[in-house]
Amino acid sequence: MSRLDIQKTYKLYIGGKFPRTESGRYYAVTNNKGNLIANMCLSSRKDFRNAVVIARKAQGSWANATALNKGQVLYRIAEMLEGRKEQFVAELMVQGETNKNAELEVNCAIDRLVYYAGWSDKYQQIFSSVNPVASSHFNFSNVEPVGVVSIIAPENQSLLGIVSLIAPAIVGGNTVIVLASETKPLTAISFAEVLNSSDVPGGVVNILTGKKEELLSHMASHMDVNAIIYCGKDENQIKNINELASNNLKRTIFYKKGDWTSSNSESPYFIEKMQELKTTWHPTEV
Amino acid sequence: MNKQDTNIFKAAWTYDEAPESTDHIQIKKIYELFIDGKFTKPIKGNYFDTINPATNKVIASVAEATTEDVDVAVKAARKAFGSWSKLSGKERGKYIFRIARLIQERAREFAVIESLDGGKPIRESRDIDIPLAANHFFYYAGWADKLEYAFPNRTPKPLGVAGQIIPWNFPLLMAAWKIAPALATGNTVVLKPAETTPLTALKLAEIIQESGLPKGVVNIVTGAGETGASIVNHPDINKIAFTGSTGVGKYIQKAIAGTNKKLTLELGGKGANIIFEDAAIDQAVEGIVNAIFFNQGHVCCAGSRLFVQESVADLVIQKLKNRMETLIVGNPLDKNTDIGAINSKKQLQTIENYIKIGINEGGEIYQPKCKLPKEGNWCAPTLFINVSQSHRIVQEEIFGPVLAIQTFRTIDEVIEKANNTPYGLSAGVWTQNGAKIFHLTQKLEAGVIWANTFNKFDPASPFGGYKESGFGREGGLHGLKPYLKFE
Amino acid sequence: MFPNLNNLPVYDTTGVNERIARFCTRSIKASSKNEGLKMALSMIDLTTLEGKDTKGKVQQLCYKAMHPHDSLKNIPTVAAICVYPSYVGIAKKALEGSDIQVASVATAFPSGQSTLEVKLSDTKFAVDQGADEIDMVISRGEFLAGNYQFVFDEIAAIKEACGKAHLKVILETGELETLDNVRKASEIAMYAGADFIKTSTGKIQPAATLPVTYVMFDAIKDYYLKTGKMIGMKPAGGISTSKIALQYLVMLNEVLGEKWMNKKYFRFGASSLTNDILMQLVKAETGIYQSINYFSKD
Repeated sequence: MSRLDIQKTYKLYIGGKFPRTESGRYYAVTNNKGNLIANMCLSSRKDFRNAVVIARKAQGSWANATALNKGQVLYRIAEMLEGRKEQFVAELMVQGETNKNAELEVNCAIDRLVYYAGWSDKYQQIFSSVNPVASSHFNFSNVEPVGVVSIIAPENQSLLGIVSLIAPAIVGGNTVIVLASETKPLTAISFAEVLNSSDVPGGVVNILTGKKEELLSHMASHMDVNAIIYCGKDENQIKNINELASNNLKRTIFYKKGDWTSSNSESPYFIEKMQELKTTWHPTEV
Repeated sequence: MNKQDTNIFKAAWTYDEAPESTDHIQIKKIYELFIDGKFTKPIKGNYFDTINPATNKVIASVAEATTEDVDVAVKAARKAFGSWSKLSGKERGKYIFRIARLIQERAREFAVIESLDGGKPIRESRDIDIPLAANHFFYYAGWADKLEYAFPNRTPKPLGVAGQIIPWNFPLLMAAWKIAPALATGNTVVLKPAETTPLTALKLAEIIQESGLPKGVVNIVTGAGETGASIVNHPDINKIAFTGSTGVGKYIQKAIAGTNKKLTLELGGKGANIIFEDAAIDQAVEGIVNAIFFNQGHVCCAGSRLFVQESVADLVIQKLKNRMETLIVGNPLDKNTDIGAINSKKQLQTIENYIKIGINEGGEIYQPKCKLPKEGNWCAPTLFINVSQSHRIVQEEIFGPVLAIQTFRTIDEVIEKANNTPYGLSAGVWTQNGAKIFHLTQKLEAGVIWANTFNKFDPASPFGGYKESGFGREGGLHGLKPYLKFE
Repeated sequence: MFPNLNNLPVYDTTGVNERIARFCTRSIKASSKNEGLKMALSMIDLTTLEGKDTKGKVQQLCYKAMHPHDSLKNIPTVAAICVYPSYVGIAKKALEGSDIQVASVATAFPSGQSTLEVKLSDTKFAVDQGADEIDMVISRGEFLAGNYQFVFDEIAAIKEACGKAHLKVILETGELETLDNVRKASEIAMYAGADFIKTSTGKIQPAATLPVTYVMFDAIKDYYLKTGKMIGMKPAGGISTSKIALQYLVMLNEVLGEKWMNKKYFRFGASSLTNDILMQLVKAETGIYQSINYFSKD
């Protein structure tokens, strides 16, 4: 007698928990043949608002965690992902990837996590400086996380895309609210499960599923979000984000690239984009 | 301690006037636009007056650039960009070094004109503004042929034409902050000085002409907000760098949405200056004075919110009042002047309005008994005691010599209050306890933190804000990045 | 009463230097300069403290004190003559009829390395000879070793031995290393009974400096606020030009204010300063730059 499969319910990931959208709404995700894959939560602006509150709360202590600790947490995510490689390959294939591409993407995502894990206690030394001022002062500049970051993930490479954006953000001490690929959201929520089992404190990464159309303006305008990353090429959306970001002078970052497997998809400069520079002066004479 | 008469410390010896001579200063009656290496008349033929804020007398008439003039300037800059960006870094650097030297040679003339046009004390323009401006060119000149060392594993390229809009508080210095890194990185420039203080930028144009810098590499267009808007909205500009109010900064970010213009903004602030009980109190008092009364308080990073630990509040405030009695307010050209003229009538009205608001909100006001000149725009240094976070004079940038004083009890409390503002440009911490300094400097949300000092600037030191105080840095290695793209 | 040294104000050297720079950029011109120079002249303790001092040298110096430059009208005499105890009697006699004070260094000047007995008898001798003021040195060794009570007691004992004579306490700041130590030593001296606190013997470099004097002003100010008692200040050594003297006066003016701006509460310990001031005053009167050859060196 054949066994009936247990299907997975995809929910949101907020504050280290998996709630349904407060709105109770859903949207259907289909594969490229038009068959239903899953019903996803259709997040509302209130879900986003809640996630920002939680991300803000989590940001201080995550930024205060030692660089060593943050590196180990990222490495742990890589370990967990490695252990669930087959699941992610399968899920990517359900979303329409070929086996080869799916494997490449998962491998690449794992390696990227390891890459950024290694940067956790090094990027500061690349971007900080001791400044030789012409007075009796010791003067240094160091990088600090910008704070809470909204991320609008790329539509394609739905796993590698968010990993490539989340990793440099959180290794730099930021907390994030990610809007997953609208058309390929499954891996994002499965990745949340990986995060949840990897010592990432609740609230550091929050993942929503839903419609860009509906959430983008709130992600760009929210006064308690410090930076926004948008992946895509829609010029109207880019313009809209820039306009709304001016409400609180949000830092805006745009990635138009389609392929996140390429070698220029990882560098400490991705971390630096979500850092502020602080300069400190102190007298030196005794 | 209050049983003794503190008036006893009153200074009695008054100093005779010691005005800086203006004999050697050359100011023309009319200034034209500096476009494509030449001084050119504005297309529509309009001029505006620039006024000495200490007397409200006209100094010179200055051309007003319209959209058409800005367009001519941008075209000149675009044309110049081709060969300028291809010139070797070494050669570019040599031009910038030359500009630095020429400023040094004419430093005294620049200082006098800066004080005449803007109202700041000659002591400050002579000892701070002008030397720092020259040093800024010196600093970035040296970077021109070393850019690849600044950004490991990347290939930096210039952006193109930079539109730069600067404020009236440090006219020449802000021009240097904008022009020097832009040139070092191979960009060309259209710069607009503020309408109340255009003269030193136009003097700089003369120097640029003397330096032999290829024509069109730097263009200086004068005018008010509309001229600025023409720069912001010009389709062939690749980069906007703006220093000014947060309101205008937001407008610019919005205006250029949907374009590929890169943007840096250096905006307003409401800096917290925090005095702990274990501070070197006397130097802290001096630091408070320097934080809020430097340049009449027309400083975006001014320490305009003072937090004093309760146990020393009476002592600090008493010492501060005593110190304020010795501040000399008056003729900006007098070498003994500590506080000069408020930059414009309009700004004076803004400040006076805030003082009224402070009084109406119930703040306890204190001003020293200083004599203010009859003509011109003047404001006595002002304290407000017994105010709280909810007062408008605590929340809003006044941009004048007005200090709002609050007391605090614990470290956590003062950090929370200091960060409780949309701004994040500067902060000051005064304590002799090392751990406390590092704890505070880590927790304060501000781009520049002065520990046991305040309002210090240097070309090698990156400057810029967190949160609504803007983004991007000026100064230091980090100041190169806003003018580069990476392939 | 021994002072509480635990909660003394501390000083940040860079900050103090910045403040000093502000005093030094004050531009003193015209009549305010003339006024300042005359004030400075009236505050000088004209000093000779050499092993080779003789009766003749001291007598000449006393004449100079009374007649700084006879061709200049309306100038004050200096405040005092400062000599070793052995010349107090001679100076006292030479200055008869003037209101110029005789100050004497005592207490095993300049090192202070002797017993209290010797220091007391040194002091008493000078007072008996007619000294109006005693300039004592503190025991820097004991101070740096942390024996503050010892330093305090010694000053108090000397103060008692002074009787009616005013006591100036020399901290020898050039040996105290830090501004915080200068503050601490000032505090001990004032509470132990000093009428004046004084920077230096002139035998150790650096002698008086503006930052050190600033810290001592601050101590005097706070002492006044606590006790209502005004203590005088005497920077000594290294103040050789009018320009530097005016910088001290600017600082005095802006920190302690008018009540201290007289010879009762402020002195310059100097020798060559007198002639430099005189040259400046003659220049101001005539408009012609002067040569030292036209001013008597005694």
